[in-house]
Amino acid sequence: MSRALRQRLFSAVVIPLISVACGFVVAGVVVLATGSDPIAAFTALFQGAFTNPRAFPETLVAMVPYVFLGLAVALGFRAGLFNIGAEGQFYLGAIFGVLAGNHLIGVPGILHIPLALAFGMLGGFIWAAVPGLLKARFGAHEVITTIMLNYVAFQLTDYLINKGPMSDPKSSAPRTPFIDPLAHLPVLVEGTRLHLGLILALLAIPVIWFLLERTTVGFRIRTVGFSQGAARAAGISVAWTLVLTMGISGALAGLAGADEILGVSHYMPASFSIGYGFDSIAVALLARSNPWAILPSAFLFGAMRNGAAFMQLETQVSSDLISIVQAIVIMFVAAPVMIRWIFRLRETPAGGLQITQRETAGISSKP
Amino acid sequence: MSDFLLHLDLSGFIIATLVAGTPLVLAAMGGVMSERSGVVNIALEGIMLTSAFAGYAAAVATHNLLLGVVVAVLAGMLIAGLHAVLSIQFLVDQIVSGTVINILAIGITGSFYRTYIQNASLAGTGVLPAIRLNFLPNSPYVGTITIVAIALIPLVHLLLFHTVFGLRTRACGEHPLAAETAGINVYFIRYMNVILSGALAGLGGAYFSLQQIGNFLPNMTGGRGFIALAAMIFGKWTPVGAFLASQLFAGADALSGRLQIGGVNLPYQILGMLPYILTIVVVAGAVGRAVAPAADGKPYRKS
Repeated sequence: MSRALRQRLFSAVVIPLISVACGFVVAGVVVLATGSDPIAAFTALFQGAFTNPRAFPETLVAMVPYVFLGLAVALGFRAGLFNIGAEGQFYLGAIFGVLAGNHLIGVPGILHIPLALAFGMLGGFIWAAVPGLLKARFGAHEVITTIMLNYVAFQLTDYLINKGPMSDPKSSAPRTPFIDPLAHLPVLVEGTRLHLGLILALLAIPVIWFLLERTTVGFRIRTVGFSQGAARAAGISVAWTLVLTMGISGALAGLAGADEILGVSHYMPASFSIGYGFDSIAVALLARSNPWAILPSAFLFGAMRNGAAFMQLETQVSSDLISIVQAIVIMFVAAPVMIRWIFRLRETPAGGLQITQRETAGISSKP
Repeated sequence: MSDFLLHLDLSGFIIATLVAGTPLVLAAMGGVMSERSGVVNIALEGIMLTSAFAGYAAAVATHNLLLGVVVAVLAGMLIAGLHAVLSIQFLVDQIVSGTVINILAIGITGSFYRTYIQNASLAGTGVLPAIRLNFLPNSPYVGTITIVAIALIPLVHLLLFHTVFGLRTRACGEHPLAAETAGINVYFIRYMNVILSGALAGLGGAYFSLQQIGNFLPNMTGGRGFIALAAMIFGKWTPVGAFLASQLFAGADALSGRLQIGGVNLPYQILGMLPYILTIVVVAGAVGRAVAPAADGKPYRKS
């Protein structure tokens, strides 16, 4: 094996694997500290993700939003943008999806589904393009504005579905009515919840790869992420690229939200997302913002998310535990120096791993 | 609207704003210290959440609220120390490092909450004593941490602008290489400031669990750490500015509460958006004029 190939293998496979292993070790220590048995907890996690009846298709169902959201965050990273607002954009996508699912009565199914999905993308697009515009125009840091828009999205959702204009008058719980059955995404395998969204997610990966690596827009995104100065010198409109990148990123997150509505829940409950948008930051970082690597990364997080519910039920260990695994994973992937330091590895890939490609220059510097 | 005016007593409103602004001003001053030395600290939210939990747990275990506050501050310093190690020693992107801590805080507090608080159905600890301010109209009661926070503003100001340590801190945030050349240990100064910011944010965390409600709830900090960052920017990276900006956000918070009581006909969720939208507007509007320390967010490599 050539040296270059070994180095690529090291950074793309070995470091993520060690990171995940370390994440489980630290999480195990926390489980011990809460007085539970880590082996039992992780066994339950594995059973809930893979070996229980119908566990595996459910893992794939949980993987679908992670693919879209992971791509969304990764796309932002490639332009040097940190989109922490995927959660809020996911909510907006769901709200728009429910609106389209409820109010386009009479539209044939073959049009209803794509229209509802497109509507969801529009919702996410708007919610993300605003921070993009604020960054491009005023230099407002997207980390703060997207987080603030998350909270606004939560309040907006609560307003809409908790006895508000979109709530179900026949239900006492805060939720929307069920969407038109014609807008449901078709189920792929009888007896499971595996829906057409899986195919869409698998298609989204090559589409985003193509966009990034083979189109002018993708070239602009990568150039802006590499160096805004260089991009400007090459005549690329940095401001426009930032807005567009945030918009596409938000549209992907919105698609994830609409897809959850059309494919899985068919209505919007009060606790619609359990942190999908935040997990997706870890999904993107673990994949090092490579669209192809999003698939295994999203699969891992889908499995953890699905298994965690069973683990909490079976062993009383909080499903919040997987946040610890995620945090440790991000930490190690972002600090390969640390892994080499801890494990005394001599193999050093040339240069550090550039994950976010951002130009770090203060929380509020002008672009 | 006349109803609303009847309910709006000004001194009560100002006190409510000061109290609601307590965690904001503490975390924002923490952000000032950290960023003045050149380290962006978006971990303030996670630090406050962890400290709120640690302080509450210690208060429950020892039946001593004051000890709870001490533990909260220590926990804040510890978590901030992790941010310092990651971003100063291992040169991790400071935003990524802060995100790690924010996610870690949710995982750790969530896990322990479920085992030790939710399932154990503990009795609350009660809240820290409030101090009666007789010299003010209506002699309002104000919580201990609020008083301490206000007392800390001039102290942090003096530390940052009138001591050798403050001068060195600002030098490290503006031009670390020049500071190093002048014989200042940049790493040491940055470590001290990040850990100090953890202490301040930790005290802010104690406000939530030990002063406000005397209990711990998952995610009880509700994004206040991020709003504090906005207050820091709007306050132009100074303690006094951070305090004034915090009052603006806390005022929006207090106002939304008062508007509801005053029977203003708006859904409470719309009023609840007020502080968040205000933050966005301020961050977008203030940045053009506010200038960050020149080396803020840039890892420094010893050569």
